[in-house]
Amino acid sequence: MFIMSSMKKVVMSIRTPVIALILVATALGLAACGSSSSGSSGSGHVTLVAYSTPQGAYAKLIPAFTATPEGKGVSFSQSYGPSGEQSRSVANGLHADAVNFSLEPDVERLVKAGLVQPSWNQNATHGFVTESVAVIIVRKGNPKHITGWSDLVKPGVQVLTPNPFTSGSARWNIMAAYGAQLKEGKSPAEAEAYLKAMFKNVVSQDSSARNALQTFLAGRGDALIDYEDEAIADQKKGSPIEYVIPAHTILIQNPIAVVGSNASASKFVSYLLSPAGQKIWASEGYRPVIPGVAAPGQFPTPKGVFTIDTLGGWKAVNKQFFEPETGIVTKIEQSLGVSTSK
Amino acid sequence: MPESASLGAHPGGRVLRREHRPAGRPAPRPGVARAARARKLGVRTVALGYLALLLLAPVAMIFYRTFEHGVAPVWDAVTAPNAVHAFWLSIEIVAIAVPLNTAFGIGMALLLERGKFKGKALLGMLIDLPFAISPVVVGLALILVYGQTGWFGDWLAGHGIQVIFSVPGMVIATAVVSLPFVARETAPVLRELGTDAEQAAATLGASTWQTFWRVTLPAIRWGVVYGVVLSTARALGEFGAVSIVSGRVEGQTQTLPLYVQDRFENFDITGAYASAIVLALLALGTLVAMNLLTRRTRRQTAV
Amino acid sequence: MSAPAPTPAPLGASSAGGVGPSASAGGFGRHWRERAGGQAAGVLGKGLIGIYLSVLVLLPVAALLAKAGSGGLDAFWREVTSPEAQAAIKLTLVMSVIVVVVNAVFGTLIAWVLVRDEFPGKRVVNALIDLPFALPTIVAGVVLLALYGKGSPMGINVAFTRASIALALLFVTLPFVVRSVQPVLIELDRSMEEAAASLGAGPWTVLRRIVLPTLTPAIVSGVALSFARAVGEFGSLVLITGNLPFKTEVGSVYVFGQIQNDSLPAAAAVSVVLLVAALVVLGALTLVSRWRSRHVL
Repeated sequence: MFIMSSMKKVVMSIRTPVIALILVATALGLAACGSSSSGSSGSGHVTLVAYSTPQGAYAKLIPAFTATPEGKGVSFSQSYGPSGEQSRSVANGLHADAVNFSLEPDVERLVKAGLVQPSWNQNATHGFVTESVAVIIVRKGNPKHITGWSDLVKPGVQVLTPNPFTSGSARWNIMAAYGAQLKEGKSPAEAEAYLKAMFKNVVSQDSSARNALQTFLAGRGDALIDYEDEAIADQKKGSPIEYVIPAHTILIQNPIAVVGSNASASKFVSYLLSPAGQKIWASEGYRPVIPGVAAPGQFPTPKGVFTIDTLGGWKAVNKQFFEPETGIVTKIEQSLGVSTSK
Repeated sequence: MPESASLGAHPGGRVLRREHRPAGRPAPRPGVARAARARKLGVRTVALGYLALLLLAPVAMIFYRTFEHGVAPVWDAVTAPNAVHAFWLSIEIVAIAVPLNTAFGIGMALLLERGKFKGKALLGMLIDLPFAISPVVVGLALILVYGQTGWFGDWLAGHGIQVIFSVPGMVIATAVVSLPFVARETAPVLRELGTDAEQAAATLGASTWQTFWRVTLPAIRWGVVYGVVLSTARALGEFGAVSIVSGRVEGQTQTLPLYVQDRFENFDITGAYASAIVLALLALGTLVAMNLLTRRTRRQTAV
Repeated sequence: MSAPAPTPAPLGASSAGGVGPSASAGGFGRHWRERAGGQAAGVLGKGLIGIYLSVLVLLPVAALLAKAGSGGLDAFWREVTSPEAQAAIKLTLVMSVIVVVVNAVFGTLIAWVLVRDEFPGKRVVNALIDLPFALPTIVAGVVLLALYGKGSPMGINVAFTRASIALALLFVTLPFVVRSVQPVLIELDRSMEEAAASLGAGPWTVLRRIVLPTLTPAIVSGVALSFARAVGEFGSLVLITGNLPFKTEVGSVYVFGQIQNDSLPAAAAVSVVLLVAALVVLGALTLVSRWRSRHVL
């Protein structure tokens, strides 16, 4: 048999290479332990943990900050990912000095974990660093003539929205549609019926807003519910899209907070909230939170904009709409799945 | 573990020998030969058609999309500082995880095929377990054990050891998902080998260690090598589990697959595909190594 | 092969430094010590392996089980039988079964062509077979979306349907059956097939009675690997399937969603179910393979 015959041959001993390999591995391992130190929390280094969207904006903001006297010599580590996942990571031990998430509950999680001060939002901007609005992205030329929420429930219109259960940020979209119905004078029951009709037209629920945008750009669907800043960023990249700001829509407010007591991080956050910083945010498509920064007409104000507080705040909304078994949206998805099973 | 569980050509199979044509076999009639040729062509067409659709098209697509805008953007993307760091971090993690899995894989295979103890089934199941867990769940489970709020969280924090969100955690995640390969490739070879030679060495006075080094290890080396190649390929491409335990800190805990995703998220398609090509090339390198070794095995078999 | 090193001193002669059971058995003394040393190494080795497996597999799985059952058995049952979880689990299992059946057939076919046939480019094709296995799943997902979505250069658009799930799974599990069957085919003794043919058996009979039974253990082991991989697959499915709950949402995506919702017990519970399913299949296939190899060969 093969093995017996090969044993009869002279076989090179592989002892030495194996030992060498183990030594190399150990050396690398030790080197790895040495280099795995996450940024020191002394002043001079800031670890920023943020949601995915503002990565491009920070590419401009951080150099601008380090050019100022307060920011001179400060070095940065950056981490970007889905808002909920990032928040969870920090709560589970990921070192962070400043956090910027998509929605408030992701910061509240860190307050509960004792990492962020409860007074984090007791400032002039209530803890928010940027704002945006929910918009509807359509193909260039708007072939299906979509002008608002009511068009999304028309037969034959294919809607994309990220999955509100895998992406917390996607909940902005759903609540924008729901709240708009209420603002237009419908009753809660009618607004729920609207949601159901809209979900019937949803053809893809990607796990994140970026994935949903990818899907849309790959040719799927007629309308993508997204945030204005994403639409602006994508248009800048030359994608063949337009976006529609519905008459009634939700104001998306993105919170920022300092973790622990890193002096450079506090200075950084102050810079982000300063007119100079806000101007850069505006140039990247984010609505500033302080007045007097945006150029007139740069960000059209929808006639009926409302916040999540109008709907009861995130805590109540999450419980009422997105609770795994009893939530309104959960039930809608279930009813659609059961009745339209393939 | 399934007996012929190997993912590459390796010396195995029991009563099977190299083919040889018996002398004096009559030539087939022309009609039969034509039918046989038609059958052969048909089978080939079906198999290659399936492969073209499922395999060759994606490969061609990857290369097309990468070099769509020329070679220069690809070079720039691949030499970007974060990309380079991600490349070396991936190599570093693989260089730790794979040797560990190799050493322990051989040990586990020895236990399974040479050990005398109860609970071999349990051991086999434990080794197979990483195959059956979704990578996302692997990440979750590791955080449950080694994360700050996990079982060992306080102990690790008290001793200043950072596992999760640092390279050690990523090494563990990578080691878990690539655990079974060396063991799975080596065990069947050990079984085929039988203990004759080892017993002979023992009666000649060799110590256990010598028996292992001089008799067993050289005989199973092809199984070990294939296991290493597969382990490496799996470890290089691992995304799900590592993404959860890494914290995604740019320039620090971003492996190449994580970097690929980062580029996609930023609509840097060229950058994403460029780094993906690097990964594919690294994997192809290990495949080439495997194919070279396959040829050497076949030559030895022809003895 | 080089001879093992120390030859034992002959019985009766005193050995160098022998602290054996008796001076006259000094040679055996050193032999016994080395055996004892080897045994100590064996125990140490077992201990180290035990620690390694604990750190990497046992503890994490135990933590998963603990999390899954943290609300008690009722909560576990509720989470596992919720409509969306059921739909996701069922979809995963059904799709995985379909995919492994297709793999069993086509994988064997491809292995056959690669071993028994000759055509230009065969070596390239052979080398590429393992590519799906080595590619990061996210790359696989993006490429499949580009190829089989709306902008498809081949005119095939199956993205966001259940067919896309099958497609992605077939892609990532392609190598398993092929690579399991190939080595067996290479070593197959063709004289039996030719003998049967010269005795008048048609090619189909030869295939059914002689070739397939020998290949069965290899096919079965490839199927087991495919199934385990398919059940846990996540990265390549996330983009192309659309993740529509109850329609195209698979188990691993559901688990991911539950994690994002901070419903860790639910995530762990469904993971445990999927894990058990994969293990059951793996175990059953192992038994089948062992039984067949005992009774057929």
